[in-house]
Amino acid sequence: MFTDNWNELTPEQRYEARMQAWFASEANIDFVSDEARNAWRERMQMLRDAIELKKPKRVPVLPTGGLLPARYAGITAREVYYDYDKAAQAWLKFNADFDFDAAFSTFAVVFPGDLYNILDLKLISWPGHGTGDDVHFQYNEREWMHADEYDLLINDPSNFWQRYYLPRIFGALEPLSIPDPATDIWEPPINPPTFFPFSLEPVQQMLQTLAKAGEAAARWMAGPGTVDLQVMAKYGRPATFGGAAKAPYDILGDTLRGTRGIMLDKFRQPDKLLAAMERLVPIVVDQGRRGSDMTKCPIVFIPLHKGADGFLSDADFRKFYWPTLKAVILGLINEGLVVWLFAEGGYNSRLEAIHDPDIPAGRLIWVFDTTDMKEAKRHLGGYQCIAGNVPGSLLITGTPEEVDAYVKQLINDVAGDGGFLLTPGVVTNEAKPECMQAMIAAGKKYGAAV
Amino acid sequence: MSEQQQDLVSAIVELREADAAQLVDERLAAGVDPLALIAAGQEAMDIIGKQFAEGVVFIPELIMAGEIMKSLSAKVTPYLADQRSAKRLGTVVLGTVQGDIHDIGKGIVATMLDIAGFDVIDLGVDVPAEKFIATLRDSHAPIVGLSGLLTVAIDSMKATVAAIGEAGLRATAKIMIGGAPINEQVRAYTNADGWAKDAVAAVDLAKSWVGGA
Repeated sequence: MFTDNWNELTPEQRYEARMQAWFASEANIDFVSDEARNAWRERMQMLRDAIELKKPKRVPVLPTGGLLPARYAGITAREVYYDYDKAAQAWLKFNADFDFDAAFSTFAVVFPGDLYNILDLKLISWPGHGTGDDVHFQYNEREWMHADEYDLLINDPSNFWQRYYLPRIFGALEPLSIPDPATDIWEPPINPPTFFPFSLEPVQQMLQTLAKAGEAAARWMAGPGTVDLQVMAKYGRPATFGGAAKAPYDILGDTLRGTRGIMLDKFRQPDKLLAAMERLVPIVVDQGRRGSDMTKCPIVFIPLHKGADGFLSDADFRKFYWPTLKAVILGLINEGLVVWLFAEGGYNSRLEAIHDPDIPAGRLIWVFDTTDMKEAKRHLGGYQCIAGNVPGSLLITGTPEEVDAYVKQLINDVAGDGGFLLTPGVVTNEAKPECMQAMIAAGKKYGAAV
Repeated sequence: MSEQQQDLVSAIVELREADAAQLVDERLAAGVDPLALIAAGQEAMDIIGKQFAEGVVFIPELIMAGEIMKSLSAKVTPYLADQRSAKRLGTVVLGTVQGDIHDIGKGIVATMLDIAGFDVIDLGVDVPAEKFIATLRDSHAPIVGLSGLLTVAIDSMKATVAAIGEAGLRATAKIMIGGAPINEQVRAYTNADGWAKDAVAAVDLAKSWVGGA
């Protein structure tokens, strides 16, 4: 991918090759000025230094995404979902006014409403489709995978996704359950019955719908999808996510079996649950790697949900959550990648477990929310980069002075010897603009002095 | 009584679902008082509730224990038909407030209240204030519980509390709120009568309101 002899390289050499490719990607950015180019270089170096546990020139201040740009621009959540032009303008305006060290991205934040309508997505409710006009999406918790379907998933995940999961979560893709699995095809004679399903009216209708979905996706890519690149070129702010992956426990617990389903499975069919999660590990690693191969950014984003404090005992975290997440992490590191772990909620009871000596140092970024940062530093300092954790509630209800004081204390507590990024603790769907500005200003002020 | 059912209590506390089911079947077949089995279940849930409050067990254990109890009560109910019914503590109207469609936390509270002896009317999610009010009028329930996971639920709770007040129902029904973003500041902001940080605390609060604690 990045070299001719990729398969012969060690993980360290792959990491170096990916870092070089990431820095070299500046050749593909049309910077509007030398100032922007220099800012990009400087920020890239600060990020790399922090990842490698060195002391950057100053503490990088990064956003976590969210609907805040819409609030700031005075447009509703519904307008974000359905008016891509307005959404793109809002995000550009926000990026113009808030000088983070990375782009405040549109990806995974500006949701494509017409794509969801075309597909008849049932997994979530969204503005104008189940939630209020100014409320972001919410999950519709169902058992989209049934309790007795583990063997189907374990036997052939792709077949399970195509013929069971996708037809349930997309009303318009129900006919995906009709064609046989692709692995039925070996060699000539390719039998007409294999292709016969594509002559059926519901399948043909679905194929037309898929084409429309593709066009809707392309409209998004041509609108909000260009914002990050524009921000990069104009302000020299790197994009910090190259690909995405998930913890296998969360894949099953967020949407397939649901929060309640997976908690019961843990008691009723623990072996099947473990086997299914193991089956997903290489698939997820491959997904994260492909994203980063395409974007050249070596950081793979993993949001963490059902492993937080309170969702599992420590023993169950170590048995059900961590082993396959760790396998995904190691798989990505083996490909030379860096893993950004967004630990929403509290991770106080997990700090010992995640300080795992099998994971090489300087390859993770742990972003914490309500976790005690001094404790996080005590466990992970000198081993992995940590990030966080200006509270969402402080950004919503606090004053700029309070935010300044929080950031000052935080940097004082944990940034002393490097390996730290300043971020909000949560996805910022709401915040007072003046508090967000105070966070950025305080990060730069105190972060330069450490 | 409960001493004789100690093995059942242990099976539930240790979440041995199949063992608990078998013990219940055996006892019912042997003519054991069904109310004694329900009492054993309540004793087990008290223990699990304490373990939860102490941070020994977590949400999955509460949900699993709730499942075991649901199955226990399904088995026992036919035997109660022409007997005196178990002592009930009162009715609680429960729902996730308008604008929020999160079900799980509310579901745990509903199960725990039911096990503790309350009759629960679960209105589901995204419940408008008018529905709470109509149900309170019909049921004369002394307690209403408003659930929410999102920060957007906070203003919705405030509006619901105000509407219940305007309907003149606050003298007869106490209002509790609960969910991840809820604390004493939020209680004061919404003007609810009380708040609970989790399902165990919600049961304790409800019991204290009906004098059952």
